Amino acid sequence: MSSPHLKTNRPTEPTEASPMPATVTEPETRAPDRMSMHRSRLPHWAPWLVAVVAAALSALLSLTLGWSVAGWAVLAVVVYAVALPGWSRVVENSRTALDRLVTTLVWSAFAVALVPLVSLVTKVLVEGAPALSAEFLTFSMRNVVGEGGGIYHAIIGTLLITLAATLISVPVGLMSAIYLTEYGNNGRTARTITFLVDVMTGIPSIVAGLFAYALFVLFFGEGVRLGFGGAVALSLLMMPIVVRSCEEMLKLVPADLREASYALGVPKWRTITKVVLPTSLAGIITGVTLAVARVIGETAPLLIIAGSTDSVNMNLFAERMMTLPVFIYYSYTQPGVPAEFGQERAWGAALVLIVIVMALNLLARAVGHYFAPKSGH
Amino acid sequence: MTATTAVPNNPPRVKQRPGDRVFAATTRAAGYVILIALAGVAIFLTAKGLPALGADRNDLAGAANLAAYVWPLLFGTLLAALLAILIATPLALGAALVISHYAPRRLATPLGYVVDLLAAIPSVVYGLWGLAFLGPRLFPVYDWLADNLGFIPFFRGPASASGRTILTAAIVLAIMILPIITAITREIFAQTPRLHQEAALALGATRWEMLRLAVFPYGRSGIVSAVMLGLGRALGETMAVAMVLSASGVVSLNLISSSNPSTIAANIALGFSEATGLRVNVLIATGLVLFVVTFFVNFAARAIVGRRDRRMA
Repeated sequence: MSSPHLKTNRPTEPTEASPMPATVTEPETRAPDRMSMHRSRLPHWAPWLVAVVAAALSALLSLTLGWSVAGWAVLAVVVYAVALPGWSRVVENSRTALDRLVTTLVWSAFAVALVPLVSLVTKVLVEGAPALSAEFLTFSMRNVVGEGGGIYHAIIGTLLITLAATLISVPVGLMSAIYLTEYGNNGRTARTITFLVDVMTGIPSIVAGLFAYALFVLFFGEGVRLGFGGAVALSLLMMPIVVRSCEEMLKLVPADLREASYALGVPKWRTITKVVLPTSLAGIITGVTLAVARVIGETAPLLIIAGSTDSVNMNLFAERMMTLPVFIYYSYTQPGVPAEFGQERAWGAALVLIVIVMALNLLARAVGHYFAPKSGH
Repeated sequence: MTATTAVPNNPPRVKQRPGDRVFAATTRAAGYVILIALAGVAIFLTAKGLPALGADRNDLAGAANLAAYVWPLLFGTLLAALLAILIATPLALGAALVISHYAPRRLATPLGYVVDLLAAIPSVVYGLWGLAFLGPRLFPVYDWLADNLGFIPFFRGPASASGRTILTAAIVLAIMILPIITAITREIFAQTPRLHQEAALALGATRWEMLRLAVFPYGRSGIVSAVMLGLGRALGETMAVAMVLSASGVVSLNLISSSNPSTIAANIALGFSEATGLRVNVLIATGLVLFVVTFFVNFAARAIVGRRDRRMA
């Protein structure tokens, strides 16, 4: 155990000999303490006041200068980040001022991180919603030039390839997780597998696609494109995620349950299949669903090995197969003439893909929430 | 390791049943399948990439040899990934701190989900958004940078009117790796011993001083490895770069002009569908280079985090 030694990390301003320890746990929410021994503090509504003033001031300025909303927001945050610590420095002390500055910066970092999410989702909704129709979801692009057509072939391809990838990676991933938790004994093999699984989560998706191509070229020859290759590539990306989540879930099963089962004379493999797995089933389903959500949007490997086509292809083992991500890519970058129909279809497909991914995420959370075993302790 | 992990793996002197043996062997085989798959990636890419050593100028887009072909791509890959890390790390640390320390407890979990949603959006949609929305909106900023900060080599300009520059690509990459870094660092921040934090506060530290004294020292290795995992992801990210970047294969530090270095992954994605013959092998060889680079970045990151605790996602 190496706990950090606090005294070696002294604050940079140790010379500030404060006669009284300031109560500084939650400066914003506490009402000011009126005991005379305490230092003067900003009132608890000070941040709100400064925020309103900063927003109003920068609104005035950006209206006169004709700036955009983004310019206004940036200016408001800058004014706030200068004004509040400045005020605090005058009334309180420099340490509290720094603390307030950091609080501002941390929250603005969080806000900045959310801007793209909001912007992206609105953009996709606005552009994609007009494209959606019954025809869009039930027609393929076969013999369609210009307006019309749909993404039926891409939806079919995505579903088939993802299903095949799940069928490959879930048994392998789940069994490996069982090996790691139940049989591995934390020995050398188990530790190696764990470590390499972790490293594998970082394999670039395009490399997985190249691997699938290099593999299937041996059987089918130069220029091979088939849906099953996409499934192999996706399962390479999916396996480590499945192993990690299943492993975590199996570890959560209390040892008491296993011991009780052994005490009744149940063999180990029956214990695993009848006691351990059912107990952790909800968590495993959550993990697998999240893994599916992760790979269903993968584009690069499918671009390489599954290719692109305008027709419905139900056969994983022959010919090119369209998928939603690849459809989005090609419809936007090579929309044909006139361009607007292809681009509209790309946005529509993007919306459908996001809806599928979000639905999978929500489903996973719901399963994890409602079916999780209640912890006994 | 918690107490629940202490599984009795070897009940003393149990009778070995055939079912047990078969099941144990199956699980072990599944574990080996994963190792074989990883080895297979290396072997197949090497086998298909080696012929590229004999490629001539026709297959190498005019480069003299494979190294000369790969170098600009590797440069672009590293440049985009490093820029992305520079942008993403402060934001991710801020977001992680909000979730672990700043937000009210009831808000923290939903906020964590919201950040996780960023990770759920497919990369091709990020590419679409970066190409159609972000790039054009960044042009005024780039124009301003070129006019006012043009003396810095990074902003020499002239600004690309479409905004499809390496800086735009790096911003999109930063958004994509942000949730990974946030998820890992917030986990680490949340693991800081409560007593350390309360001790710091009791000694009169402000919240920021508490973070600096108790939380950051405890999570330093975790932060480093989270950033490296983000770097690994940024190096290998394909579609966003392929769609956003208008690449011309130059080696240039000019971040906002219309001639940009390409990245390995984007170059493969853009070139593979039309590639035939030895050109395919060349692209696979560049993929091998990418695989090796990301493998070592991830290897190092996992080794750092593994020394501490391996509970990270």
